[in-house]
Amino acid sequence: MSQISIKAVKKVFQKTEVIHGVDVEIEAGEFVVILGPSGCGKSTLLRMIAGLEDISGGEIAIGGKVVNQLEPRERGCAMVFQNYALYPHMTVRQNIGYALKVARVPKAEREARVLKVAQAVSLEPYLDRRPAELSGGQRQRVAMARAMVREPKVFLFDEPFSNLDAKLRVAMRAEVRNLHRSLGVTSVFVTHDQTEAMTLADRLIVMNSGYVEQVGRPSEVYHHPASLFVADFIGSPAMNLVRGFFGEDGYFRHGKGGMLNLPDLAKAHLSREVSIGIRPELVRRVDASHKDAIAAVVDYTEELGASRLVYARVDGSPIIAVDDGNNALGTGMPVHFAMSESDIHVFDHTTGRRADHAGRPVRATDSVSA
Amino acid sequence: MIERSPFFDAVTYAVMIIGLAMVIFPFWVVIVAASQSLHEVSRVPIALWPSDQLWVNLAEAWDRGGLGTKMTNSFIVAVGVTVGKITLAAMSAFAIVFFTFRARMVCFWLIFITLMLPLEVRIVPTYAIAANALLPFQTILDTVGITWLVQQVSGFQIALNWNLLNSYTGLILPLVATATGTFLYRQFFMTIPDELAEASKMDGASAMRFFWDVLIPLSRTNMLALATIMFVSSWNQYLWPLLITTDRANFGTAVMQLRFLIPTMNGTPDWNVTMAGALIIMLPPLLVVALMQRWFVRGLISRDK
Repeated sequence: MSQISIKAVKKVFQKTEVIHGVDVEIEAGEFVVILGPSGCGKSTLLRMIAGLEDISGGEIAIGGKVVNQLEPRERGCAMVFQNYALYPHMTVRQNIGYALKVARVPKAEREARVLKVAQAVSLEPYLDRRPAELSGGQRQRVAMARAMVREPKVFLFDEPFSNLDAKLRVAMRAEVRNLHRSLGVTSVFVTHDQTEAMTLADRLIVMNSGYVEQVGRPSEVYHHPASLFVADFIGSPAMNLVRGFFGEDGYFRHGKGGMLNLPDLAKAHLSREVSIGIRPELVRRVDASHKDAIAAVVDYTEELGASRLVYARVDGSPIIAVDDGNNALGTGMPVHFAMSESDIHVFDHTTGRRADHAGRPVRATDSVSA
Repeated sequence: MIERSPFFDAVTYAVMIIGLAMVIFPFWVVIVAASQSLHEVSRVPIALWPSDQLWVNLAEAWDRGGLGTKMTNSFIVAVGVTVGKITLAAMSAFAIVFFTFRARMVCFWLIFITLMLPLEVRIVPTYAIAANALLPFQTILDTVGITWLVQQVSGFQIALNWNLLNSYTGLILPLVATATGTFLYRQFFMTIPDELAEASKMDGASAMRFFWDVLIPLSRTNMLALATIMFVSSWNQYLWPLLITTDRANFGTAVMQLRFLIPTMNGTPDWNVTMAGALIIMLPPLLVVALMQRWFVRGLISRDK
């Protein structure tokens, strides 16, 4: 049985519908990350699970019990907020213990539990400080301890690391991962940072403007994006995408007279208006003498240290490639690429959905069992 | 603006000292006059140096004005009004800021409009209500016809009456409503991030619990600043106590009593006693301001986070 079950959930603000019927099942003990650009409704969805927003339509069940009408405190969720939301006038100890105090847990037990979670997130030396006397990372830990102390059924994280610097973020990520491993509590984590999402998630939910685009394991989402949006959104640098159509001669035509020889794909998607895409790291740089070499002209390069990104043009259409060779490339220089046909993703241009090789579009709600 | 020239400094100091002198001078005259004997105070021009009669005059004023009872009354009323105002302001601001209901803005504007209706403007209707606090209900019953109906059926005439004249309730209640306080609290509550309210919801706290455990402690400096203003202004109330108390011996306040310390047309012109009385009566608000000024400034200017 799934721990959180979201069925046809909608959210309407005044008269604008911002979430258009989301269906997701989250298994017990799973770490699920909701990823999407700002304004896609991911935080709203999380807040509906928490009970901080009304559910305009559909149904959310936690542990088999429909919670639509329940108060946040009756849902068994704990939440970590983006801006920590610590009570400024209380010490760390009081902040962590507040939920227990409200629940009338006896003082001795309360103290013991506060101490235990404080140890778990190494906050012990700071128990008598106020939030203002703590660093950002420490505050975030207090917020997590406050959520943990209630021993909830579900953890909800609302972009908890967006106020931390890059290094701290990586450290906190590892900490959250470890905590999840040791506690095994079902967690839902909202973020717009795809690295965070890819590294933390057992399963990813990619959202865009109120719709779920894809649900799946991070590698699945990366290697088999279900839609044009996911393909473009996930991965940095972004996937190379170009619009065009396949001809009977086995060539893909794009831009102003650009042609690519893709006979297998052409057979499957004949005469269809499509976008094709390939990950930059799968575009190999080859010698001009290579039999499938595609000629391009370098726009500019970005040095990354271990490798470099080559921004180039093939028949006028832009392409990005990851090049780990040693010889530098200057603007305007000719360069040659090769790619294998099996690495190319095809998306139906009108629906924006993935068109797999058999031509069947993949639905957004196809969940991949973990 | 930072200006560093000796001349400019001198001018600034001069202006400040003159200003200070202008503010301090009346106080000085009160203190000086209160310490002089009847003979000294009647001299023209008055000597501007204190004499040795201060205690004598203070004692005389205290006795003659019956200031023991009056000061106690004033104190009860001022504290009552202050506590009442703060409670009402905090709770109404809480309702306006943290709850979404249909008439929210209407409520806010209704409260806000009362800023334009100080007690002096609405003194006649307020007096009518104070004379019979149940008058509005009586009016409703009369208008609707219930009074008539009851009289027809049972021969019993409904006459609701709750007289607030000559009581602490009457002195306190009409002064408790405060738009200023509500407004100040509203502004403060609006600086509190929504996430704090949501966090307390997630922690299982009810709305009142959040109010009590989070908002009240956070608004402490604000509350003290408000209390200072409210205490001083209600201590200084003159018109309303004068109007509502006919039993001056038991329910008169200190500021009202000052009137009876002023020499009458044909009486002894003992202004020294009057001044001593004034000195006693203005002491409590002075003390409150002196003790609270640190909080007062902090509460009004900045927010300590």
